[in-house]
This record gives sequence, structure tokens and C-alpha cells, in this order.
Amino acid sequence: KKTHDVLNTDIRDLFKREGRLVDDEFLTELFAALVKTDMGVGPANKLRDRVKTDFRGRVVQMSDVLAAVKQELRGMLDQPGQQQALQFVTSGPTVILVVGVNGSGKTTTIAKLCQRFKDQGKKVVLGAGDTFRAAAVEQLTIWADRLGAEIVKAEPGADPASVAHRAVAKAVEVNADICIVDTAGRLQTQSNLMQQLEKIHRVMGKVIPDAPHEVLLVLDGTAGQNAISQAQGFSSAAKCTGIVLTKLDGTAKGGVVVAIREKFAIPVKFVGLGEKAADLAEFNAQQFVDALFEDLV
Amino acid sequence: MFESFQNSLQSALKSLAGKGKLTEANMREGLKLVENSLLEADVSYAVVKDFMASISERALGEKVLLALRPTDQLVGIVRDELINILGPVDPSLHLKANGPTILMLCGLQGSGKTTTCGKLSRLLLNEKQKPFLVAADLQRPAAIEQLHVIGRQLNVRVYSELGAQDPVKVCQDGVRKAKEAGCNVVILDTAGRLAIDKELMDQLIRIDNRVQPDQAYLVVDGMTGQDAVNSAKAFNEALELDGVIMTKLDGDARGGALMSVKQVTGVPIKFLGTGEQLDALEPFRPEGVVGRILGLGDMVGLVDVI
Ligand SMILES: Nc1nc2c(ncn2[C@@H]2O[C@H](COP(=O)(O)OP(=O)(O)OP(=O)(O)O)[C@@H](O)[C@H]2O)c(=O)[nH]1
Ligand SMILES: Nc1nc2c(ncn2[C@@H]2O[C@H](COP(=O)(O)OP(=O)(O)OP(=O)(O)O)[C@@H](O)[C@H]2O)c(=O)[nH]1
Ligand SMILES: [Mg+2]
Ligand SMILES: [Mg+2]
Repeated sequence: KKTHDVLNTDIRDLFKREGRLVDDEFLTELFAALVKTDMGVGPANKLRDRVKTDFRGRVVQMSDVLAAVKQELRGMLDQPGQQQALQFVTSGPTVILVVGVNGSGKTTTIAKLCQRFKDQGKKVVLGAGDTFRAAAVEQLTIWADRLGAEIVKAEPGADPASVAHRAVAKAVEVNADICIVDTAGRLQTQSNLMQQLEKIHRVMGKVIPDAPHEVLLVLDGTAGQNAISQAQGFSSAAKCTGIVLTKLDGTAKGGVVVAIREKFAIPVKFVGLGEKAADLAEFNAQQFVDALFEDLV
Repeated sequence: MFESFQNSLQSALKSLAGKGKLTEANMREGLKLVENSLLEADVSYAVVKDFMASISERALGEKVLLALRPTDQLVGIVRDELINILGPVDPSLHLKANGPTILMLCGLQGSGKTTTCGKLSRLLLNEKQKPFLVAADLQRPAAIEQLHVIGRQLNVRVYSELGAQDPVKVCQDGVRKAKEAGCNVVILDTAGRLAIDKELMDQLIRIDNRVQPDQAYLVVDGMTGQDAVNSAKAFNEALELDGVIMTKLDGDARGGALMSVKQVTGVPIKFLGTGEQLDALEPFRPEGVVGRILGLGDMVGLVDVI
């Protein structure tokens, strides 16, 4: 906490001093504050330019500048409500596929979603589709036991597409409301593994024609610009319908979703706020944008 | 991604060709491109600022020495300075001649600690050492089992305690068992934690105080963004780190966080993780990453092209 305070004092100064002249120095400091959220140079330039156009040469209250920046950002992140909520099918199980790079928080996010559905009185089947990483199946099994969900699994090294197929079939068989399938972490540059993901996606559709109904891309909130490449790679292989941004309980801001939102039309659906099953919240653009500059005001 | 920056830098630097010396004015465009590229590579803002200041200073200082190719010189200066900052190289695990050497791996959640414990064990086995793993992550579901699977793959002993509550005790017991088993390197796999999680950071400090690891390494995800400075600084303050290992560099992440972490901790970068397999660990060489961080791919090639 202390480190955090020290590191942010310079910016705090910027936003505390009332009535500053908006000049080059001011704009550079603003740019620094924006870049530090991980939004990237492009969006940061765009926002700085907007402030420059609106405020240059004027002596302003920083709160006004900040309000303008936040408003612009909310606009950039704007996503229709119906797009942001999970899409449930009216008959048969809703099938959710969870994908992402190594260690981003996929398995934990599945536990959190499972908890959420359980709280809503829904019946959940989990598919342990990560047959690769050491003890990945055990990890999801522990969560399934804790949360009281049924789990479909296979031996280590088994074909993940076959696990996915069996999980969806099981969900149909037991009349489950939800089926969530885990996948092994992979980097978007590994073309064989991305093809495997396409196959998993395809196989699910053989059990229920329009499954998976949701494909959630789990992004690590501490990630920087590489998350853009992740969004691109995973979308083209697995047609992502939404993003879950994890690890926002730390000091990282996850601002890269601003850039992702600009480039691709994938809405952020949830944020992860801890390691426990309850630590999941629906994405709220207002809160997210406020948190980006939390240390500054 | 690499190409576009390479092209724009080339054209920016081409405009310098034949000018004979570097001046603040004719370097501005090229320097701006370098700065943006570093930010896009996730080097932390403050670190980029410092770096750019030292680059301009060095470049201007060298103008008298310049003859025909100022472009080569600027690229060379940037590369040299980066190599300079990222060094010095020290891939040694500093094993002790007698008594077991204790290595502790720590870092944020999911950064690659447990996998890297396996990779270091494999490296040690290759060097005819006797590694011993201790499962001190009592937090994450199946973390202990994960380490056991890795240990079985390598035929390396793994110490864990069923239903344990206190990682300090597990580490102490583990070190004792390692000695009994005649192993000379003990590797502690700790739970992932946030640098602002006071309780878990205090726990790490307790392990550090009571078990006194000889080497404490921070494991950093190669895709980390601007926050790398915050977490690295906090871990270093808590533990006095001895080294850094950056993982997941087998993809297209530029790995600029390496520069941030190096700047705030000052400790050597030991290894790079380049895959999920246990042999995917490379000793760190600054020359191998500067082109990547800068967005230039093969730097040597570029200098030839311009
Ligand atoms: N602080 C925090 N930690 C999280 C969050 N989500 C997940 N984690 C932790 O991050 C680590 C990795 O999470 P996993 O769910 O195993 O990630 P994964 O994407 O399934 O990893 P792989 O299957 O190995 O690719 C674990 O230690 C989790 O407890 C979060 O929102 N906040
Ligand atoms: N592609 C790639 N994946 C890696 C590398 N190192 C680790 N991983 C993967 O990253 C994920 C997380 O690795 P772990 O070793 O479980 O990470 P951890 O830091 O122990 O995680 P927690 O204990 O949950 O905090 C796993 O899927 C690993 O296989 C690497 O260098 N490259
Ligand atoms: Mg997983
Ligand atoms: Mg671990």
C-alpha cells in the first residue's frame, strides 16, 4: 500500500492543484496518467488531444478535465446492456466455453460463475477440458466438490474436444441449466493449439446446434498491450462473445480493455476481484472508469 | 507488429542520412518513435522517460564522433543502452559448497512459479545436482498436487504436508527432509499473492526470516503491463530479491516489463521461460531481448538495412 502511494504522488499532485494552466507540461502529465492505466499509446493520445482541444490555454479545475476524460472513456466502453449480460437459451442447457492464455484465471473464473449460477438455483455441469496442465483436472474437481456441481473429466493427456463433447452431452442428459467447459491455457500464437480450440468449439455444436452460447475470454487484469493480440487471436479461433477481466483486486487497472473495445466489438461481461468463488462482479463501466483514476483524486 | 514500427523508424532515421551528426532537432522524430514503441512494449512510463533522457544525452554527446551514418549510430546507442540497463548477466544459482542451497520463488498469482520450480529442478538435474521441491502453496486448489505431478515427471522428491495450515512450518520441515534425503538444493514453491495483500506479504516475510532462503526470485509474467513496477518494488522491499525470472515469452508479448522490473529492483534477470514444458527455460541474455522490447525484431539486421 505504501509503495503504491509513493509511486503515485506525482500524479496526485497534478490532480490536486486547482486552477492549473493547460499547457504542454500539463498535457504530458495527463498522458502519463493515462498510459499508466495500460490503455496504450493510441487511446491515451486520443484522450490527451481531446483535452487539448477543449482546455488548451485555459486555467481549469482538474476535476473538470477529469470529468471530460471519464466521459470520453465511458463512451469508448459503451456497450448495450443486453450485449453485456450472459445470453441464456430458453430450452436446454446454456453452454459456456472459457478460453485464454496461461494463468489468466480461467479455472477460478469458472468456479466463480458456477457459484453465481448455484446461487440462482441453477443446475451446473462443469467440463474439465484442460487435460494438459499438471493437476488442472484436480483443481476444477476441488471447486466442483466445494460448489456442488457435477464434473465431467478424463485422464491427463486425453483429447479435450472429447471431454467438451461429453460435458455438453452430460448437461443435456441430466437436464442441467448450465454447462461450463474449461480449456488449457494457450498463447494465441500457438496455431496448433488455436486449431484445437476451434475443434472444441465445433464439437460442442454437434451436441447442441448453436453451442457454445457464450465464449468467454479470460484476460489477466495485470496484462499490458499483449491483451490486444490475445483478443484478436482468441476471437478468430473461438468467436469470443465476452471478456472476463481478472485480478482487478490488485493495483493493476486493466485499461487495455479500452483499446480492445475500440478494435473489436467484444464486451467486458465480468471482472474478477479475488481468488474466492464469490469474487466476481458484473462489469460496470462507470466503476471501472472511476477506478482507473482512483489514485489521482 | 514488428514490421510497421521498423518501417516508420527506418524512414524517420533515413531522413537523418547524410546529415553527419545527431542534433536534438533531427533526432526528435526517431526518438519519439522509440519512446512510443517502448510504451507499446509495456515498459513503465517512468522508466521510459528516464531511458529517453539518457539516450538523447548520450546521442548528443557522441555527435562529434559521427561520420557518415548517424542512423546506425542512434540505433546502436539505443541498443547498447538497453543492453546496459538489462545487464549484468548472472545465470548462476550460487549453490553453496556445503549444506543445502535454498531457493524461493515468489510472485503474483498465475505468473508461472510452480512450473518454474519444475524447470529449475530439471536444470539442476542436468548439472548433476540433487533438487528437492517443497509445496508451500497452501492457498490455491490443487497447487500441492500440481507440484507432485511435476516432481513425478522429473523424478524429483516433493515435500508436502496433508492439511497443513502454516507455510512457514512446511518450509522448515521441508528443508530438514531435504537434508535427510541428501539433497543439495531446496526449491520452495510459494502461493501467488498480490503485493498489496498485507497478510500474505507478511507471511512471505515470515518464510524469508525463518527459513532464510539463499536466493529469492521473483517470477514475472512476460505479458505484464504498467503495474510491473508496483509489484516488483513491493516484493523487493519485502524480501530483498536476488533475481528475476520472466515467463511466457514464447508468444508475441514484447516483454517490456523486464525493463521496468530491472529498473526498480536492480537485481539480475536470471532466466526466461519460453514454454509450458519443463525444458523451456533459457538463461537470460540481454542481446536476445532488446530487439523484441524495442519492436525491431532482429536489431542487427536493421542496422544493416538502413
Ligand atoms: N487476486 C486474484 N487472483 C486471481 C483471480 N482470478 C484468479 N486468480 C488466481 O490466479 C491464479 C491462476 O488462476 P487459474 O484459475 O488457475 O488460471 P487459469 O487461467 O485456469 O490457468 P491455466 O489453466 O494454468 O492456464 C490462481 O492462483 C488464482 O487463484 C482474481 O480475480 N484475483
Ligand atoms: N506459454 C508458457 N506458459 C507458461 C510458462 N510458464 C508457466 N506457464 C503456464 O502458466 C500457467 C500458470 O503457471 P503456474 O506455474 O501454475 O503459475 P503459478 O505462479 O504457480 O500460479 P499460482 O500458484 O496460481 O499463483 C500454467 O498454465 C503454466 O503451464 C511459459 O514460460 N510459457
Ligand atoms: Mg486452468
Ligand atoms: Mg503455483
